[in-house]
Amino acid sequence: MKSLRFLIPLALFAAVAVFLGLGLGLNPSEVPSPLIGKPAPAFALPVLADGAGGSQALRREDLLGKVWMLNVWASWCAPCREEHPLVIDIAQRKLVAVYGLNYKDKPAAATQWLRQLGNPYTATLVDADGRAGIDFGVYGVPETFIIDRQGIVRFKHVGPLNAGVVRDKIEPLLKTLNAPG
Amino acid sequence: MLLADRTCRWTGLALLAACMLVLAVAVAPAWAREAAPASADPALEARVMRLSNELRCLVCQNETIAASHADLAVDLRNQVREMLREGKSEADVLRYMTDRYGDFVLYRPPLKSTTVVLWYGPAALLVLGLAGLWWMLLRRNRLAADQFEPDEPAFDPAHGAQADDPQSKR
Repeated sequence: MKSLRFLIPLALFAAVAVFLGLGLGLNPSEVPSPLIGKPAPAFALPVLADGAGGSQALRREDLLGKVWMLNVWASWCAPCREEHPLVIDIAQRKLVAVYGLNYKDKPAAATQWLRQLGNPYTATLVDADGRAGIDFGVYGVPETFIIDRQGIVRFKHVGPLNAGVVRDKIEPLLKTLNAPG
Repeated sequence: MLLADRTCRWTGLALLAACMLVLAVAVAPAWAREAAPASADPALEARVMRLSNELRCLVCQNETIAASHADLAVDLRNQVREMLREGKSEADVLRYMTDRYGDFVLYRPPLKSTTVVLWYGPAALLVLGLAGLWWMLLRRNRLAADQFEPDEPAFDPAHGAQADDPQSKR
């Protein structure tokens, strides 16, 4: 027993190394959202008019009863450009109704951006002063939320979407949320 | 020669001090601008800044929203100011922030089952360390003197050689 005493520092080192190694794998910029499992915050926001059409408001209640995805973006946001093909892909495959939240942007720049890169959004909500963004706990555009039929936030992704997140997290979640009953 | 050396050193020190003074004066306005008051009411502004100093900026996570220049920090400061102006309490403002961004925004996280280690871990480590030290000293105290290696013999310059170890004489 006594002869094994020299192993104590080694064991301590191993324990510290394991914790530090786990810490390396964490992403400190990803803050768990307290909104998961809670009702989406109430909002009543004007819709970005693409060309003609009045700017009617869209409220949280209007979207109850269906699963929808909220994609927070802005024309000044470079990573939004990067993830945009994936958002278009999700909309084209009709996985879920995608709504945009145009965060602290100029309407003219936003419409121009959509015209140039394609518009996957059923509607784009305009959050000119960023107040709705704060209500959703947005701190780094782009961000993506999935809200279920009861209006509960089920998923949040901070930063640009990537194929892995869509395949491993979003698609399985949508499958369960869209299941009848 | 020695005198010149010393004068030289003192001039150098004075020069360094002067440089630091100039630097401090030059930097001070930039540093003061960090917390530019945005409303005419200094009492309200003081409360806004005090509360903002408790809140972490999520964009640049090692800064408070009082110190950060990030867009979101400015928005959140305005939100704090607006809520306080409406007569909301400071607890209301903190709840508003944690409802949206979680406990992570608080620089002083609340005591919960998940934060017990954070709050009491350092104290526990200190107590454990002191207990270990105490135990080891007690154990050594009970050992016989010949279990220790003799002290290093002291150097005696008068003899030009090392003096005898006092312990071995005994």
